[in-house]
Amino acid sequence: MSSSEWEAVIGLEVHAQLKTSSKLFSRESAQYGAEPNTQVNEVCAGMPGALPVINERAVEYAMVAGYALGCEVHLWSQFARKNYFYPDLPKGYQISQFKHPICTGGGVDYLLDGELKRCNLTRIHLEEDAGKNIHAPNGSLVDLNRAGVPLIEIVGEPELRSADEATAYLKELRNILRYLDVCDGNLEEGSFRCDANVSVRPRGQEAFGTRAELKNINSFRFIQRAIDYEIARQIDLLENGEQVVQETRLFNHDTGRTTSMRSKEEAHDYRYFPDPDLPPLVIAPEWSERVKAALPELPGQKRERYQRDLGLPAYDADVLTQARPVAEFFEAAVAAHDNPKGIANWVMNEVLREVDNPEEGLDALAFGPAQLAELVQMVDDKELTGKIAKAVFAKMVESGQAPTEIADAEGLRPIRDEGRLRALIADILANNPAQVEQFRGGKTKLMGFFIGQLMQQTRGKADPGLGRKLLMEELNSDNEDG
Amino acid sequence: MDKGLHTLTLEQQLTQLDEGAIRAVELTEATLEAIEATDATVNAYITLDREGALAQAAAADEARERGDHGALAGVPIAVKDIILTRGLKTTAASRILADFVPPFDAAVVERLRDAGAVIVGKTNCDEFAMGSSNENSAFGPVQNPAAPGRAPGGSSGGSAAAVAADLCAAALGTDTGGSIRQPAALTGTVGLKPTYGRVSRFGVVAFASSLDQVGPMGKTTWDVARVLETIAGHDPRDSTSAARPVGGYCAAARRGPEAVAGMRLGVPREYMGSEGGIQPAVKEAVHGAIDALRDAGAEIVEVSLPHTEYAIATYYLIATAEASSNLARYDGMRYGHRTEEAADLAEVYARSRGEGFGAEVKRRIMLGTYALSAGYYDAYYLKAQKARTLIRRDFEAAFADVDALVTPTSPTTAFRLGERVDDPLQMYLADVFTISCNLAGIPGLSLPCGQDEDGAPIGLQLLGPWFAEERLCTIGGAWEALRDG
Repeated sequence: MSSSEWEAVIGLEVHAQLKTSSKLFSRESAQYGAEPNTQVNEVCAGMPGALPVINERAVEYAMVAGYALGCEVHLWSQFARKNYFYPDLPKGYQISQFKHPICTGGGVDYLLDGELKRCNLTRIHLEEDAGKNIHAPNGSLVDLNRAGVPLIEIVGEPELRSADEATAYLKELRNILRYLDVCDGNLEEGSFRCDANVSVRPRGQEAFGTRAELKNINSFRFIQRAIDYEIARQIDLLENGEQVVQETRLFNHDTGRTTSMRSKEEAHDYRYFPDPDLPPLVIAPEWSERVKAALPELPGQKRERYQRDLGLPAYDADVLTQARPVAEFFEAAVAAHDNPKGIANWVMNEVLREVDNPEEGLDALAFGPAQLAELVQMVDDKELTGKIAKAVFAKMVESGQAPTEIADAEGLRPIRDEGRLRALIADILANNPAQVEQFRGGKTKLMGFFIGQLMQQTRGKADPGLGRKLLMEELNSDNEDG
Repeated sequence: MDKGLHTLTLEQQLTQLDEGAIRAVELTEATLEAIEATDATVNAYITLDREGALAQAAAADEARERGDHGALAGVPIAVKDIILTRGLKTTAASRILADFVPPFDAAVVERLRDAGAVIVGKTNCDEFAMGSSNENSAFGPVQNPAAPGRAPGGSSGGSAAAVAADLCAAALGTDTGGSIRQPAALTGTVGLKPTYGRVSRFGVVAFASSLDQVGPMGKTTWDVARVLETIAGHDPRDSTSAARPVGGYCAAARRGPEAVAGMRLGVPREYMGSEGGIQPAVKEAVHGAIDALRDAGAEIVEVSLPHTEYAIATYYLIATAEASSNLARYDGMRYGHRTEEAADLAEVYARSRGEGFGAEVKRRIMLGTYALSAGYYDAYYLKAQKARTLIRRDFEAAFADVDALVTPTSPTTAFRLGERVDDPLQMYLADVFTISCNLAGIPGLSLPCGQDEDGAPIGLQLLGPWFAEERLCTIGGAWEALRDG
């Protein structure tokens, strides 16, 4: 069979660290980047007698994510212990949710090549992160700073059919969590991690093929490559009459390949059971209503609204909603001056050029949305020509001054003083009698010459519309008189 | 000859301290001397904190002079070695924690310290509280001071023996399936297991988290009531801790025999029936107590707890399942025993745990691991949880009819040391009357109730509805008055 006769089936499990200041079951700090083992108390270290106490903020963040992703949020859920031995797991079990997760159902609507697609979710559950093992040449070290940091695991249905779909889904999911401000979505720091279950089957076959689970993929580029590699590897095996083994495979960033980590036979029996240290997680209906009511507008909703209410093209709507700070900047500018398309152009073409990472916010810019709105308004009011507006913008980027101030200070406003313009025009006509005669003889194309002269005299600052009108008047009126 | 300050009840010691007749340092010295004189034989203590105790006693004396002292200022208290004490070794009677010095105090220890109690030392127990004889300790068995040559019961055998031998005024124990009440019965002391959630488990080495509860052991109901008033109450660090006001247990213990008049007391058919294997002297003594309570005006009715026969099986599935997970943290990585030689990670785990845990602990870890394993979970753990619900409902139904239940604490008096060590099942049966109480989460109180023909103490058990500790103290105080009057 050729590769087009195979279909890939991909299901993603995302571990998203919640942006709480403390850990899921203790008051210890959950901040990233501290010296190893400096954010470890008796609970994180799994000391005898230490007990977990749920962090309500983490529960709220899980609810926020659940409602935003259209899940059913369960007001009764249960924590369970997942038992296994590993040096980065201090208690010998991870507190997670198993039979009764906080959210079930829901889905992510994402755009791929302009087409709106959807991947449904199985569930979202709350769990604590493990610590980190660091393998050094003369032994392994354990850093427990991360142990106990709150995670939500977002389990998607196996509905993705290509690495492109997987990547687009992940980007949209990440964007949503960032909009919600519940996860910073940093793949390199591991606050947004993805495991991919990949299998292939002959196109048209309903039953799933044997799957491999890919771990350790920490960038969108690697996700794409790892999945593509794995799909090709499995097709290759099957076409050579071999079998895909159900196993966990590790993606190697350097070789771009996946290699076997452990097979199903070696798989753990996690012996899940409800954690007796934690009563069922019961959410008061008022709390859930409050969370639901406070949900921000999501990127997908914004995209729709920008097209429907603001008349933006799909492309613009997509670009402007890629990062919440950009959308907010855009909306604030539109609120100050009602020209969505004009402002969209400025934001996409000029503002975004000045920002390294729009996701981190646009606060580093010297100017704000109000100044941009003012600039666009000046252009719309013909107080600035497009060319001069760009020069004013460049000054705004440097100084953060209001465009009106810049225009005044630099004398950049167009000359709209009729008397002054008529005087200049009179001079121009007087100094170019031959052209005047030709024009009046019917060579009206010479209007461009006269405007050029006027602009030269005013160093480009004459209001072009007004200049043209006055020139026309002067050239024609003299003709009538003569 | 003066029997010594250490032989007084906690109540008597407090009275003398309050009156200024004695000083806490003097009392503590007397207690420490008694320990040094006799504990080589009894083996009630694993760790003694002579210096710490004397310093706390001196502080208590100062506080008393200032007139600003807590409810237990200056009385010597022993703490079961499964309860964490900051800076003072806490071993859980296990080789695996033989050198473990906790960096924090358990909530109950904090409360004792705040009340001015003098913590004299850490008492022996079965390893990780797993046992009914105190013979599963890495630090050797404990002698029963009330019945020489016999076991003190367990798992809080050291605490019971320390109280019985006057080596402290009162002690803390923990009770997962009878570990306070059974040793109290076997040593002729008083032991109270509070309602699950009444006392914080923060800082208590977990055996079975849904069953464990800390409680007081002492010489009288009033003594345990005083300690319970100190250690009970809500603790935000334990998510299973109840946010309910603490009762007036001491006052309740003083209401006298007339307080039981009009109370309805139930005698469970399944406990006193012929199949129980109850030693005749025990049955006789408990019936005697029941008669005395009836004579005092209580109405005695027979009740049924129909699922009692499933209690031991249910308990040994749930308790071992939880234990298998709770004890996973002892892996030689961060604290505790770590093997000297290991080729790889798996061997570090296997050897450290193999060397660190005793036979009974290993047995229970294996049982619990099995009960939770894929393919067996539904048949064992899940079914046990369902049985647990039925057992709880038995008690709900019973307490809809009666105010409290009266039963023997243990089917037999203290057995000889070594007699049951090779028969774990026989050992598990020692808990037959105490285990349901933990499964249901209700409070239980064990009180001395005579002796058998060899002079070994017999225990009377009172079981009450959830958070009815006051009522148990009332009946306990009444029984003591009837018994001693």
